[in-house]
Formats: sequence, C-alpha cells, structure tokens
Amino acid sequence: MEILKKESNKIIRKEELAPLNKLFEIKQPNIARKAVPGQFIVIIHSENGERIPLTIADTNKVKGTITIIFQEVGKSTMQLGTFKEGDRLQDVVGPLGKPTEIEHYGTVVCIGGGVGIAPLYPITKALKEEGNKVIGILGARTKELLILEKEFEEITDELYITTDDGSYGRKGFVSDELSRLIGEDYKIARVWAIGPAIMMKVVSEVTRPQNIKTIVSLNPIMVDGTGMCGCCRVEVGGETKFACVDGPEFDGHLVDFDLLMKRQAMYKREEKLALESYIQSKRGK
Amino acid sequence: MPRPAPKKVIMREQPPKERIKNFNEVPYGYSPEEAIEEAKRCLGCKKRPCVEGCPVEIDIPGFIKAIAEGDFRKAIKIMKGNNALPAICGRVCPQEEQCEKCCIVGKIKNSEPVAIGRLERFIADWEAEQGKLEIPPRPTPTGKKVAVVGAGPAGLTVAGDLAKLGHEVVIFEALHKPGGVLMYGIPEFRLPKKIVEREVNYIRKLGAKLVTSFVVGRTETVEELLGEFDAVFVGTGAGLPWFMNIPGENYNGIYSANEYLTRSNLMRAYLFPKYDTPIIKGKRVAVIGGGNVTIDSARTALRLGAEHSMVIYRRSKKEMPARNEEIAHAEDEGVEFHLLNLPVRYYADENGWVKEMECIKMRLGEPDASGRRRPIPIEGSNFKIPVDAVVVAIGQSPNPLIPQSIKGLEVGRHGNIIVDPATGKSSYIRVWAGGDIATGAATVILAMGAGRVAARSIDEYLRTGKW
Ligand SMILES: Cc1cc2nc3c(=O)[nH]c(=O)nc-3n(C[C@H](O)[C@H](O)[C@H](O)COP(=O)(O)OP(=O)(O)OC[C@H]3O[C@@H](n4cnc5c(N)ncnc54)[C@H](O)[C@@H]3O)c2cc1C
Ligand code: SF4
Ligand code: FES
Repeated sequence: MEILKKESNKIIRKEELAPLNKLFEIKQPNIARKAVPGQFIVIIHSENGERIPLTIADTNKVKGTITIIFQEVGKSTMQLGTFKEGDRLQDVVGPLGKPTEIEHYGTVVCIGGGVGIAPLYPITKALKEEGNKVIGILGARTKELLILEKEFEEITDELYITTDDGSYGRKGFVSDELSRLIGEDYKIARVWAIGPAIMMKVVSEVTRPQNIKTIVSLNPIMVDGTGMCGCCRVEVGGETKFACVDGPEFDGHLVDFDLLMKRQAMYKREEKLALESYIQSKRGK
Repeated sequence: MPRPAPKKVIMREQPPKERIKNFNEVPYGYSPEEAIEEAKRCLGCKKRPCVEGCPVEIDIPGFIKAIAEGDFRKAIKIMKGNNALPAICGRVCPQEEQCEKCCIVGKIKNSEPVAIGRLERFIADWEAEQGKLEIPPRPTPTGKKVAVVGAGPAGLTVAGDLAKLGHEVVIFEALHKPGGVLMYGIPEFRLPKKIVEREVNYIRKLGAKLVTSFVVGRTETVEELLGEFDAVFVGTGAGLPWFMNIPGENYNGIYSANEYLTRSNLMRAYLFPKYDTPIIKGKRVAVIGGGNVTIDSARTALRLGAEHSMVIYRRSKKEMPARNEEIAHAEDEGVEFHLLNLPVRYYADENGWVKEMECIKMRLGEPDASGRRRPIPIEGSNFKIPVDAVVVAIGQSPNPLIPQSIKGLEVGRHGNIIVDPATGKSSYIRVWAGGDIATGAATVILAMGAGRVAARSIDEYLRTGKW
C-alpha cells in the first residue's frame, strides 16, 4: 500500500512568494489523489506543534504532491516557515472539508484577498475548465504582498488588481472593484470570495442587494478538522455549523461574520505570548 | 477459611491539595505486599459470580489466586488470555457496576468486595516494571488482510486478536496519535498517556501496523479499503459532541468537552507555551452534564487554575452516570456541584466573551425511560451565575463521517452502525463494526468486548469465506 511507504510529508519545493508568504510543495500521494478544489489539510509540523489547518492551493496527481501557501502570522506558521526543502513534516492530514460546487454558471467573479488568493486558485481554475467566463479580482495591502498574479492571468478572462495603498493596480479594496463590475453590465451568476473575514463580509454586503449568490470559505480556529470538537463552529442562517465538515464554503449572505471574527480572536493573548516566547528562545540561541 | 477482612486494602493516593496543582496520576497503585494482602481476601468461589459480571470474562479468581501466591508472572498470563489492555481497564472500568458488584465478599454485611480493579492494575503495572513484555510467538501468516478503522479500544482489540492469529492487520487512525478516547479524552491524571502508548506498542509488537493521520471516508473510503483488504472493522467511536442549542452557546470561552479535553490531553495545552496549543484557563468554570466526561472536565479545569470549578447538572447526585469513585475524587478536590440546575442561556461582554450563565432550577418528577427521575423546570426560578469558561459535556453521538460515506450501510436513529451483536457484522458485506460507533457512547470494556466478538467472526470469515 502506498501509505505504508515512507516518503510522504516531505517538502520537495519551497518558495518565498512575498515577504512572510511561503509556498511548500509537499509529497503526499494519498491526499493528492483525492483532493478537489475547496478542500483543506491539517499540518502538525513537529511533536509540540499545534494542528494548523491550511487550504490546498494546488495538487499534482501525477507527482503525488500538494501545494500550500501560508502567511507567517504567529509562532506556528513562523516555525513552519523555518522548514526547508527536503525536511519532513510530522503529520499531514486530509483532504478535509466539502468540495466546491463546480458547475457551468455563466459569468463568475473570483475574489481573493491577501493569502486567501492561494485557496482561490484551484477553485478559479476548475471554474474556468468548466467553461465559465471567469473574472478575477485580487487584492493585497501593498504591491509586494500580492501573490499568484501570473497564475491567475492564465485562468481568468479578465483580471483586476487592487492594493490598499495604491502601490499597484487600482487603489482601494476588492469590494470597490466588484461594485464597479456590478454597475457595468456584467451578468454575474456567482461570486467566490476568499480572504480575511472582514473582506468576505464586505463582499457579501455588496452582492446582497443584487441577490448574487456569494460563496465564502471560512477559516475559523480549528483543532481536529474532522468534526469531532466543535471548535470551528460558525452560525449560518441562524444555525450552528461545524466549518470543517459542513464547510468550509458557505453562502456569504447567511454567515454571521461578526461572530466569526470574535471567535477568531479567542486566543489573541495566548498567541502573543507564544510568539514572544518563541522569538526570545530564538534570540537565546 | 477465615472470614476476609471487611475493607479493601487502601490504595494510597496524592493528597487532594497537592494533586490539583499537577496532572500526575492520582492513585499510586498497590505495592506487591498490599496486592498479596488484598488478593488473600478472595474466597476463590467455585461459581465465579465475578466472572459473570465481567464483559470479557477474565478468569478473576484465577489471576487473584496467582497474586495471592506471589506468582505474578502467572497472574499476568491468565489476565492477558482475556484482556489485552489490563493497565487501562484496571484504571477506568466501572468495576463497581461489573465484577465487584457481583463479588461474594461484597455481599457480606458491612464488607467491601475484593478490589478486583486495583489488582488488575497492579498486575499490569508489575509486568511493565519488569521491562520485558511477554510477546507470544508470531504465527505463520495466513495471507489475509484486515483493515481496522479507528485506534480506540475497540479497534486495538480487534487488531491484537487478529494479529495473534496470523492475519495481516493495518490500523487507520484519523488523529496523529492512537488510543481514541484513551488518548484524547480521559485525562493524564486518571490514565497516564505513557500507559496508553505502552499498550498500543504491545498491539504493534503482536504484528499490527498502524497508520495515523489517515481519515477514512476522506483520505480513502471504506469501499476503497475493501478493494485492498479482505475485511474491514469500523471502530470510529462516538466523536460528535452535542450542544444544547441555547442562546449564546457560541460565545468565546464555551467549549464542547471534546474540544476542552482534546486541547488539554492530546495537544497538551496544559503545558502551553511549551506545547503550541492554547486553552482558556478560566477562573470560574462551569461544566454541564453528569457523566465521566463532565467530571474529567471539571477536574481538568481545577488543574488549569480555576478558583471555582462547577458541575451544573439537571438532576440530583443519585442520577449522575459518572463513576462514584470519580465523583468522590472531584469532591475531595473541591469541585462544586450545582445540582438540579439547567442552563438556558449565556450572556457575553462586548467582545463576545461569555460572562454569565442563566439557569433554571429543576425538581424531580416520575422516573422516565432510563429509570431515572425526570427533571422538571420550576417556573420563574431563573438565576444567573458568573462564569468565564464553560464546558458542555452532555454527551456525544457516533461520528457520522463513515456511516454517511458508505452507501447502503444500515444505520440507527443516532447515526450508529447497526450490527449483529453476536458477530459484529454490519449490513454491508465484509464490514464489521463495534464499540461506541455501534452502541453510542458506552465504556472501554464494552468496546473491547465488541472488538473481541468481531475479531472472532472476522477470523471465521477469513478461514471459511462464509459471510
Ligand atoms: C472524557 C471521557 C471519559 C471517559 N471515561 C470512561 C471511564 O472512566 N471508563 C470507561 O469505561 N469509559 C469511559 N469513557 C468512554 C470510553 O472511553 C469509550 O466508550 C471508548 O473509548 C469507546 O471505544 P471505541 O474504540 O469504540 O472508540 P474511541 O475510543 O472513540 O476511538 C475511536 C477512534 O477512531 C478514530 N476515528 C474516528 N473517525 C475516523 C475515521 N473516519 N478514520 C479513521 N479513524 C477515525 C478516532 O480518532 C478515535 O481514535 C470515557 C469517555 C470520555 C470521552
Ligand atoms: S466473587 Fe469475589 S471472592 Fe468470589 S472469586 Fe470472584 S473476586 Fe473472589
Ligand atoms: S475543527 Fe473540530 S469539529 Fe471542526
């Protein structure tokens, strides 16, 4: 059996896409064979590590690899970032979560913000392959944080870029660009939005009056990622859902984003503490 | 034969004031002298009522006699004939409901039953201390392959039994560590993880292979496994936590017991920041429910530094399903019991953190289907309790991932896999199931018993080819 062979979980390619944005291509034939757009994995990098959920940015079924892109935002992702090509991650679990509903819708808009551009990539690609007219909107805080622009150019019919500071593309937010498109005569059948919770919230507000179905991919804090703990609970249409098994994609018009944002901040204090003690221990060395 | 001493030999334990400051195991276990003294209380009954009370039919008077004679090696051999995981069972089985409930000595007026559980634990620990585990010789391989899904007590038992018979066994476990609830649920102070690791290693030494971080139903489906294996056993447990669905239940600081205990036990959040996973260390922690899981959570909260660890239960203490011994431990440690209370909603501060819990007082009515008196709310008795963390420990149901992913598999009302209790066979050919996934949340020993039954049936199928 393939799984019993020992080459899995090895990082075979590492790239720095932008400051603090790293890409790993990981040997994981089992997951690569099964993964479809919209799904995620859980990584535990080493014995004392936590379970980090990361959306799959690409898969290569022939090579048996999956690609993840992550931003170093705290101790765990920073430590993950110190792994080099050839290193092996202790555990890689997946693919988890429900697949994206890929169909022929007509014209779709795919909106990615920050590191959310990474999980948007396989979805956009699949929508394009399904024959949709795909319009992409990518946003970043500033030019050097923008990732995957070239790759998106290949899989979109039109691509618009925004930066918060105007250093590249149009100055402003992805939602401004979406408003503009809605104002023009595009017949948008569906919108995908993946990025910070606040971005997904604003995008959902923009499409609500037009009743354009908007799919968002939620990233609450998780532990197991298999529906066993309820850490990832979100409220959708007034009902509690477990994002790891009922999602991660939901109808943005039904999601309680304020609750999501509050729950995402639950361990802020601990995260800060962990980061400080990590940086200190590195200095000590 | 002289009349046995009326009381069990006392098992020494960490004093309550000390132990709530650490996660070390509470009881120390018997010394050899204490074990021999306790073993001598056994009357060696011909009729063996204790054995009838044991779900896996351990030869109880047999192993106790060997201890009394000081022949510990013989005692462990007898034990392992029926129970592959004695160090675990000796610690977590509800003996007071099983073997010890049936013990003749316990029927004598003012007399306690023989401490069967403590002796079981003693003999397992004694073997481990010798450093040398007795591994039965490997039988000739049969060439048959069995996939076991879930490395909890049910799956581990199946794996051990079938490996001993020469079948090739691969265990697939979703989490990164094997053991199931033994690893992620039951706390270190009640069941040290070193022991779980030791017992899992024993199963591996018997020849079973283990693949962790492999989610059956996602990484590979049961149907796919059936393509590669002759038989599949599903022992995926009752891992779906229940919530009460009352207003405010998703506020920050409110956990399911599964999450709370998984963070603390499996992820070692009590050692944060040495381990990366954090946990909220509440000062006023309310734990809702009345079972073992509730008590484990409340005792964990104390050790994480709670000033008030409160059990909120809607019936009275008499109806609590938790083991008496554990309730007593919790009381000694200062856990507060708020009985006949039912939470109805939560209140949060402006950042979404739980700060108060509203409860309604209950009274007991007539017995219900479970035989326990039904709790009835007392109109207008609502009151509030300040809290900064809440653990919802009201139960869990079978993990739906696998039952949902097999087309044509017969499942019950709670998503449990329906099996023939005499064989563990499901409605799907070549698929067996047992433990909590079939019964709903139950006990370690029942899961092991179900594993034993299924292993026997699987072996028969592999030998005869008859389903
Ligand atoms: C906190 C707590 C305290 C308890 N205390 C006691 C006690 O004192 N005494 C007692 O007798 N009982 C106790 N119990 C109950 C007892 O632990 C369970 O009845 C028993 O563990 C059930 O065993 P199992 O093998 O059926 O399932 P589990 O122990 O639940 O193991 C199932 C395993 O399957 C894995 N799994 C699930 N889905 C998949 C999948 N799709 N693919 C691969 N693997 C999967 C899970 O990760 C898990 O490791 C307690 C339970 C809890 C939660
Ligand atoms: S019933 Fe009690 S006294 Fe009799 S054999 Fe069993 S353990 Fe010993
Ligand atoms: S992360 Fe545990 S249930 Fe979703």
